[in-house]
Amino acid sequence: MPKLIWREPITTTTIVNRPPAPGGPPDLETVPKVGPDLHPEGATATVETVTEAPRRRVVTLGDIAGRESGGLVVLLVAVGALTLASDEFLTGNNLANLARQVAIFGIIAVGQLVVILTAGIDLSVGSVLGLAGASTAQFLVAGMPIVPAFLIGVGIGTALGIVNGLLVTRAKLPPFIATLGMLGIARGIVLVTTDAQTIQGLPPAFQNIANGTVLGIPNLLIVAVVVTGVMWFVLSRTVFGRYIYAVGSNPESARLAGVPVRLVTTSVYAISGLLAGLGGVLLASRLGAGIPTAGTGFELNAIAACVIGGASLFGAKGSALGAATGALIMGVLNNGGNLLAINAFYLQIAIGVLILVAVGFDQLNTRRSAAG
Amino acid sequence: MRADEEGANGGGATGRPVVELHGVSKAFGPVQALSDVSLTLVPGQVNCLAGENGAGKSTLIRVLTGALRRDSGTYEIDGRPVTAPTPASVRAAGVQAVYQELSLLPHLSVGENLFMGRLPARTGIIARARLRSRARKALDEVGLTDLSPDTVVERLPAATRQLVEIAKVLTADSVKVIVFDEPTTALTEAESKRLLEHILRLRDRGIAMLYVTHRLEEMFEIGDWVTVLRDGGLSEAGPIDRYDEDRLITAMVGREISSLYPESHRHAGPPALRVRGLRRFDGSPTIDLHVGAGEILGLGGLLGSGRSGLLLSVFGAAPIVAGEVEVEGRSVKPSGPRTMMNAGVGLLTEDRKVLGLLPELSIRENVTIASLRSGSRKGLLPGREQAEEADRLLDSLRLRAGSYEQPVSTLSGGNQQKVLLARWLLTKPKVLMFDEPTKGIDVGAKGELYTVIGDLAAQGLGIIVVSSYLPELLGLADRILVLRDGEVAGELPGTATEEDVLRLASGGKGAETPVLSEEIPAPRKGTAPTPPPPGAPPSGTASQPGPASSSGAASSPGVASPSGTASSASQPWPPPPTMLTPGSPPTPLTPLTPTARPAARPTAQPSAQSPTRDPSPPVGDLPRPADPPPSTSPSPASSARDEGRPPPGDGGGAIPPVQDDQER
Repeated sequence: MPKLIWREPITTTTIVNRPPAPGGPPDLETVPKVGPDLHPEGATATVETVTEAPRRRVVTLGDIAGRESGGLVVLLVAVGALTLASDEFLTGNNLANLARQVAIFGIIAVGQLVVILTAGIDLSVGSVLGLAGASTAQFLVAGMPIVPAFLIGVGIGTALGIVNGLLVTRAKLPPFIATLGMLGIARGIVLVTTDAQTIQGLPPAFQNIANGTVLGIPNLLIVAVVVTGVMWFVLSRTVFGRYIYAVGSNPESARLAGVPVRLVTTSVYAISGLLAGLGGVLLASRLGAGIPTAGTGFELNAIAACVIGGASLFGAKGSALGAATGALIMGVLNNGGNLLAINAFYLQIAIGVLILVAVGFDQLNTRRSAAG
Repeated sequence: MRADEEGANGGGATGRPVVELHGVSKAFGPVQALSDVSLTLVPGQVNCLAGENGAGKSTLIRVLTGALRRDSGTYEIDGRPVTAPTPASVRAAGVQAVYQELSLLPHLSVGENLFMGRLPARTGIIARARLRSRARKALDEVGLTDLSPDTVVERLPAATRQLVEIAKVLTADSVKVIVFDEPTTALTEAESKRLLEHILRLRDRGIAMLYVTHRLEEMFEIGDWVTVLRDGGLSEAGPIDRYDEDRLITAMVGREISSLYPESHRHAGPPALRVRGLRRFDGSPTIDLHVGAGEILGLGGLLGSGRSGLLLSVFGAAPIVAGEVEVEGRSVKPSGPRTMMNAGVGLLTEDRKVLGLLPELSIRENVTIASLRSGSRKGLLPGREQAEEADRLLDSLRLRAGSYEQPVSTLSGGNQQKVLLARWLLTKPKVLMFDEPTKGIDVGAKGELYTVIGDLAAQGLGIIVVSSYLPELLGLADRILVLRDGEVAGELPGTATEEDVLRLASGGKGAETPVLSEEIPAPRKGTAPTPPPPGAPPSGTASQPGPASSSGAASSPGVASPSGTASSASQPWPPPPTMLTPGSPPTPLTPLTPTARPAARPTAQPSAQSPTRDPSPPVGDLPRPADPPPSTSPSPASSARDEGRPPPGDGGGAIPPVQDDQER
């Protein structure tokens, strides 16, 4: 059998490792140089480099986790600057406050991220959040015990998420349209059922869920950290998580590789709905009231948090940690703005600029790595 | 070698080179993509650019078309130095390009596409009538007389789109040079032939052409001069008649290849896959096929004959209405890719980008994606062992990559195919199906893939290979099923010839091949209204000389040159003055190659300006591949060119004389 040993191992090493020879390699020399790769020495040498290289590569599964490093830098800079600029920023009181402000928002952002990873988008999170919170409040006022009411709120969110997922996978609607419809529907339902009235008189035990602390740490922060941690684990360590990235990268390829694309896609909308429902119940608990208009505009903020945290709206790029970081950055900027008494309108401009800068840098990086 | 090239430039003075690149280098960061490459394009000549993937062909083209700035070297168009080329300025100077990835806008009409960017308009309102008449003229020029300028591009078959693309290029104000970047990758053999005819016609109009392709036989069909790049440098350059296929491959990869295809001394074991009575939709013909363990089954047929669809159906990725599939004797219902995967079937799809790769994910993640389930415990990602197994597979396939963590989209075509192959090997399949496994892959990687496919069969896998490239199909397969219109037209042994396959694939009815009319709406100029004349044989005989001569030229030009000449001489009708006379039925099987050449010659030679290929070989005893030598007419330019362009091997001895002896 004719053996086809090609000269490629040698060329790769010459191109990659050796700086370009001045004046370029002489043409005539390449001919004899290629010949020796039939020699056993040449072969073993290349085999060594090949076997050595993967060992270095095995450990770093954190390729995806690397994408939010830019966000972390921005966060650290913002925190550092605020610490210097304001005496109040690094006080326990303010940090607890900040945590409460950011937590719900972070939970929504993490849910949004999972959808964005599949190259989808969930515009309905804000409305679903409002509906879940108001419904829970209504059931509580009607005398339902806290635990079932809480679960019903989360359940409503999950159910609406599943509907979103089915609209996308079965009815083949574009995610933007499907969830845009749900945005209107959910908001409409909550306004109808509550008659646009704020629902008050929630039991104090329920209000304690979001406003209480454990060992001085706000409950909301704990929930947000747990949600982020679980989602980080799911995305980076489970088969389901890998399938999410695969679907976001190329759904047809994923399907032909045996990935249950429909199930995965439906699941991510269910997760987003679930987290939106959770956020809604927690918001009702924190405010001590069911507000029908709660969560208006949250969807855009959640998307912004994901993008600032390194997610790509084209799918398959981003991480739970990144989304949480993005949410935290926006929270810190808002908080700092309040402390320094900066006009909130300027803050909006700042956050808008931040989104552009974050995505711009990402594009620049992609282009540079493509060129290199 | 460089001295030769300089000599070539001097020699080109007879037919003033329109474009001269000299000593061009280009580096991307630490990677030297081009170093000291020279290229000369002469009017009325087709210069074939050869080289493996990564040899620098694309970079050279991009430098030529102004898409990239060169780091050093000179670039002259019509003797005027081009200092800072931009795509627009280069185009204005007459250097046009037809790209591999079609640049047409799918949702717009043909006419709008032809003149996009310079639509005829008055104060911003498109002048529709003028647009239509101009488009009509442009389309007629490439023979698309039946194509309406209002047709939406999306609805056109790939071959027609490619012709529209050429028409678009020809509408430019100044067309001196056309660069073709693998124009035939998306086309079937018959479509490619038609395209090549057009290129020859353009050559006769005195346009200089740079032609890039992976299909070697195309170079021999239309090339006058070949420039071989290797590892970013100029490997060799010379008149194409100094080369045969082996010699060209040697120049591209730097060493000789005895045979691309693995030996086939396999015997089929018990059936690994058996398909009975498969019907893809109501009313479609039923298909039966089986492939034994350790056997390579080839699936041949024209484009649109249902080969890819059959594979997708067997893989469960496309619905079926009836049929049974058995894998190693166990019945499986092809309800989805996942079921078939678990049953031990793998499919490497034709379109890697759309139906294979997960571009954002790393190489390793791409390999393991299909095996995550089987290796996982409680839904967690499989541990280190699977990753290491994947790495071992990739190592054994000799994947050329810096790191297995890098995104798979950074790899070249051949290496991407290896990643997909590794993905399926990791699932430990019993049957592997390859759909056009070497599409867009360079010669080196091709050989590796063939070896791997042969090895897999030797290990007892059942292999199914779909290929439009007949030498590949015949070289690989132990047994060939030919499909026609969605049904099995016949079975051939692996020793069959290309014409056997073609005859089955086209039904042997040369004149009324349905596929041609289905895929190319507009027949070429002049042939459209003419029905096959009474003299033309209705079937069989007309198609036979075609494949015989073309395949002879295609498979091994060096050896086939006498037979090619003979067959073209023995044709029932004399070589026509134009590409297609009414006497030749518009069939994909007409012997385009041999007729095209003599036809091209008389028009090209009288003009002293255009240096056609000199008919007498400079070194008398070199083989003359694929070129029927009408050495009776020594052109006045030939002697000058012989001095100017010594064969690449004259000084350096780069042409091993041994090889020539073998050929003779």
